[in-house]
Amino acid sequence: MKYIAELAVILGFTLLGELVRLAVPLPVPAGIYGLLLLFLSLLLGIVKLGQVSHTGHYLLEVMIVMFIAPGVGIVKNWGLLSTVLLPYCAIVLISTVAVMAVTGLVAQRLMKKGEK
Amino acid sequence: MENMRDIFIQTACFGPVLTLGAFLFGAWVHKKTQNTLANPMVIAMIIVMAFLWCFQIDYSDYQKSTDIITYFLTPATVCLAIPLYEKLSLLAENLRAILLSVLAGVAVNLASILAMCRLFGLTHEHYVTIMPKSVTTPIGMGMSEELGGYVTLTVACIVITGNFGFMAAGKIFALFGITDPVARGLSLGNAAHAIGTVRALQYGLTEGAMGGLAIALAGLMTVALAPVFAGLL
Repeated sequence: MKYIAELAVILGFTLLGELVRLAVPLPVPAGIYGLLLLFLSLLLGIVKLGQVSHTGHYLLEVMIVMFIAPGVGIVKNWGLLSTVLLPYCAIVLISTVAVMAVTGLVAQRLMKKGEK
Repeated sequence: MENMRDIFIQTACFGPVLTLGAFLFGAWVHKKTQNTLANPMVIAMIIVMAFLWCFQIDYSDYQKSTDIITYFLTPATVCLAIPLYEKLSLLAENLRAILLSVLAGVAVNLASILAMCRLFGLTHEHYVTIMPKSVTTPIGMGMSEELGGYVTLTVACIVITGNFGFMAAGKIFALFGITDPVARGLSLGNAAHAIGTVRALQYGLTEGAMGGLAIALAGLMTVALAPVFAGLL
């Protein structure tokens, strides 16, 4: 019962996110709206942590397998991708390293400053 | 061979079983080799691709049969609110550092893509195709479409970015001395979106919570800044 009730709450917030996405003309996915709404509801005490956390943590743990099928979709675009593969890979790899380093270092620096 | 294809199309669970089986095999290889380059997700993708190619199964048939798994991406994204709430005090204490570091990362992302697209002489269409590489797939697809990019290539960029971030995180953190759990989570979520956040969850719940937060913040900030940057090439 516990898992069914929790799943119902989580899917309910997913539906709310989907409804907001329909109403707001921005390229923002339903999941992000749902995340913000669930977070807000937890903050305001509308939803208690115990009403979502078991099924929620389960879904987070299995999330990794949900990316396999969309990832395999690369084969669908291989023709177009193969013509620009080298510059694309160079840009993607270099800028990803830059973003990770800058985000991590800035966060670490600012938090240390806050502690002093 | 023709038979295998018919069986695949006519059964409901062939795709999901293939996907989970390939992932379990990838996880086994990862455990045996103890190498982050042996990423279970990448191994699973390669196995599935090889299988589809061997038996001449269309990607669209595979996609249809795995819809049931892919569908849960949205509810799982919603669930990132849970670790975020559990780490609420951490969020409140470090709000300024979180906002500024994600903004800095988003700016570096857009600026470095602009600089390298100029360097390689890529067209405006390719530039706006690569631009959303670090945001979560649904936001990235929307952005690419809005700005006139090749949406399918954007998805490929996002997948490559996520998996590269996943595999390279350990090396990058060691190289730049990034040890703080909050900083690691923000870094992974900001650079490598949801796939990076899966890696962050492996480090711990604090990292995972910050990763989820960074996905949302990076997505919103990139959406806000992209139209400005799109006009620069």
